[in-house]
Amino acid sequence: MPIDAASSASAGASDPAPLIRVRDLVKIYPLGETAVRALAGVSVDIAEGEFVAVMGPSGSGKSTFMNLIGCLDTPTSGSYLLAGEDVAHLPPDALARIRNLRIGFVFQQFNLLPRTSARDNVELPLLYAGVPAAARHAAARAKLAQVGLAAREHHTPAQLSGGQQQRVAIARALVNDPKLILADEPTGALDSGTSLEVMALLQELNRGGITVIVVTHEQDIAAFASRLLTFRDGRLIGDVANEPKDAAAQVAARRPQAEPAAA
Amino acid sequence: MNFLATLRVALDALRVNKLRSMLTMLGIIIGVGAVITMVAVGAGAQARVEDQIKSLGSNLIIILSGNFTSGGVRLGSGSQLTITEDDAYALAREIPSVQAAAPTLRGNGQVVFGNTNWATQISGITPEYLEARQWEVVAGRPIDPSQVDSAAKVALLGQTAARSLFGDADPVGETVRVRRVPHTVIGVLDRKGQSMIGQDQDDVVLIPITTARKRVLGGTNVKTRNVQNITVRVRDGADIAATEQEMRDLLRQRHKLQPSQEDDFFIRNLSEVLAAQEASSRILALLLAAIASVSLVVGGIGIMNIMLVSVTERTREIGLRMAVGARGRDILTQFLVEAVTLALIGGLVGILLGAVASYAVGHFAGWRTEMSAASVLLAVGFSGAIGVFFGFYPARTAARLVPIDALRHE
Repeated sequence: MPIDAASSASAGASDPAPLIRVRDLVKIYPLGETAVRALAGVSVDIAEGEFVAVMGPSGSGKSTFMNLIGCLDTPTSGSYLLAGEDVAHLPPDALARIRNLRIGFVFQQFNLLPRTSARDNVELPLLYAGVPAAARHAAARAKLAQVGLAAREHHTPAQLSGGQQQRVAIARALVNDPKLILADEPTGALDSGTSLEVMALLQELNRGGITVIVVTHEQDIAAFASRLLTFRDGRLIGDVANEPKDAAAQVAARRPQAEPAAA
Repeated sequence: MNFLATLRVALDALRVNKLRSMLTMLGIIIGVGAVITMVAVGAGAQARVEDQIKSLGSNLIIILSGNFTSGGVRLGSGSQLTITEDDAYALAREIPSVQAAAPTLRGNGQVVFGNTNWATQISGITPEYLEARQWEVVAGRPIDPSQVDSAAKVALLGQTAARSLFGDADPVGETVRVRRVPHTVIGVLDRKGQSMIGQDQDDVVLIPITTARKRVLGGTNVKTRNVQNITVRVRDGADIAATEQEMRDLLRQRHKLQPSQEDDFFIRNLSEVLAAQEASSRILALLLAAIASVSLVVGGIGIMNIMLVSVTERTREIGLRMAVGARGRDILTQFLVEAVTLALIGGLVGILLGAVASYAVGHFAGWRTEMSAASVLLAVGFSGAIGVFFGFYPARTAARLVPIDALRHE
C-alpha cells in the first residue's frame, strides 16, 4: 500500500547516519553549445537495509542518479555521503576502490566476460582487490553456491541460461560482501518466470541486510521493493513506501503450473 | 592487482582470441625470423672473408717497383724497375720481423711440351718465394738454392699450367720449353685458386730467378739485379704496420732518397684489400639487417592495429572491469602486457623460424650462415620493445575510457 511521500522522506531523514545521503545533486552534460541538465537538484536519504525501486521514463534522470550513487560518475554539484563519507568529488582511483569494495553492480545485459568460466567471472572484483588466488576461488565458490549455481562454476556464459547468467552476475556483485547492490534493469533481458526468481534472490539478499536499489520501468518488478522513488525531468517527484510482494511465494505458486509432473 | 594476476588476465584474453592472436604474432614472427636470418647470412659472409684473409695471409706484404722520374718526366709505376734482389736480401737480413723476403722477376711467354703449347706467366724466383707464399709442392721437389746459384734450367708448374700441357699425365721429369729454353719439370705446385682480384694463381711456371734473368726473360734486365716485386712474409704476431715502416725506411736508405723525394717503390698490404672487402661485406650485412628490421616495424604496427581494434571491441568489458574496481592503471597494464606478450611470443617463435631459415639458406643455397647469440638477444629485446612501444597507445586509450561510457558502448 502506498503511503504519503512527505512522511516517508522525513522518517528517512531522522535516521542518524543513512547509508546514502544526497543533497541537491546536479549533473549537467555539455552537449556542444547547449548543456543537458540530466539531474536538476535531487535530495534523498536511503537507510541501510532498504529495498528501493527507482522508476521513471527514459530521460527522467534515473540512470544518471544510479551512476552517481554507484560512483561511476561524479556530480556537477551537490553532495553525496556514502556511509557518512563524502564521495562526490573523489579522484578516479578512489572511486574505483569504493566500487570495488563497497558496491555490487548488476546490469541488464549481465556483462559477463565471454568464454570465461562462471567462477572466474565471479572472482573479477577480488582480482582488482588484490585477493590471493586461493581465497578468490573459495569466495567465488561460496557466492555461486549462495545463488544456487554451485554445480556450474566451470560453465562459460554461453553454456548458461539467461537467468543463470544473471545469477552469476549477482554472485559477482556479492563477492566482495558489499553493503549496497545496484541493479540496473536486472530483469530487462529475462522472461517473467526467471525475472521472479532473480527478484526473489534480491529480496533474500535484502533480508540478509544488504541494501538493494533496483532501476526498473516495470510496475511488476517495482512491486517487490519496500520504497518507490519516481523521477521525471531530472527531479525526484515521488517517494513512497510500499508493502513489498513476496517474489519467492510467487515463484512457488507458479511452480506446480510450470512443472505439474514434478508434484 | 598484482602482476601475476595481470599476466593471467592478459594471457586469458589472448587465449580467448586464439586465431587473431596468432595472426598478430605472425608479423613479429616473420620480422624477427627475417632479422635473424639476414644477420646470419651477413655474419656468414663476413666470416668467409675473414677465413680468406687467414688463408691468403694477412701478413703478406708486396713491394712493387715504383715511380721513376727521368729529367722531370714522371714515368708510371713499374716503368723502370727500381728495386733489386739485394733489397730483398737486405730486408730479410736487417729486419727481424721479416720471416721471408722473396724477389720475383716476372714475364709472360709461351711454354711448349711436345705438340701442346700454353701462354702463361713466367716467374723467376728464389727458394724463399714458396715459403713467403706458403705454397706447397705436391709432386716432385722445390727449387733449391744451388739451382738458383747455377741458373739451372728447372721449372715448377702451377696446377693450371700442368693440366694445360700434360692433361692427367705426370709432368715431373719431362722437359718443357719455356720461351724456347728447355727446362726440366722438377715439381708441381699445390692448388692455390683465384687471387683477390680474380686471377688464376695456378696458371704459372716458376723457374730460378737467375735462369729467368740470364736465359728466359732477359732483355734490359740482364745486367742489373732489378726485380718487379718482392714478396715479404712478416712473422706471425709481429706488428705489420711497424714492419712496413721499417721496410720503407730501409729501402729509402738503400735507394739514397732525400727526405724531399717521394718513394720509388710501393708497399702493398693484402690485408688492406681484404679489409676493404670485409668492410663491404659488413655494410651488406648491415643493409640486410636494416631491410629485415622494416618488417619487424611493420609487425609492430600490426600489433598496434589489432590492439586498437581489440580495445574498441572490448569497450564494454573494459567498462565492466572499471565498474567492479579496476583502476586506469590496471587496464593500462593489462593491455600493455597483452601487447608485450604477443610481441615476445612472436619473437621467440621468430627465433625458431630464423634458425630454421638460416639452416635452410645454408643448406640449399650453399651460403655460409652464422647465427649469433647477440642477434637472438637483440631480436628478443627489440620485439619486447616493439610490444611496449606499439602497445602503449592502445592501452592508454583503454585506460582513459570513462566507465559509464564504456559500459553503454554498443
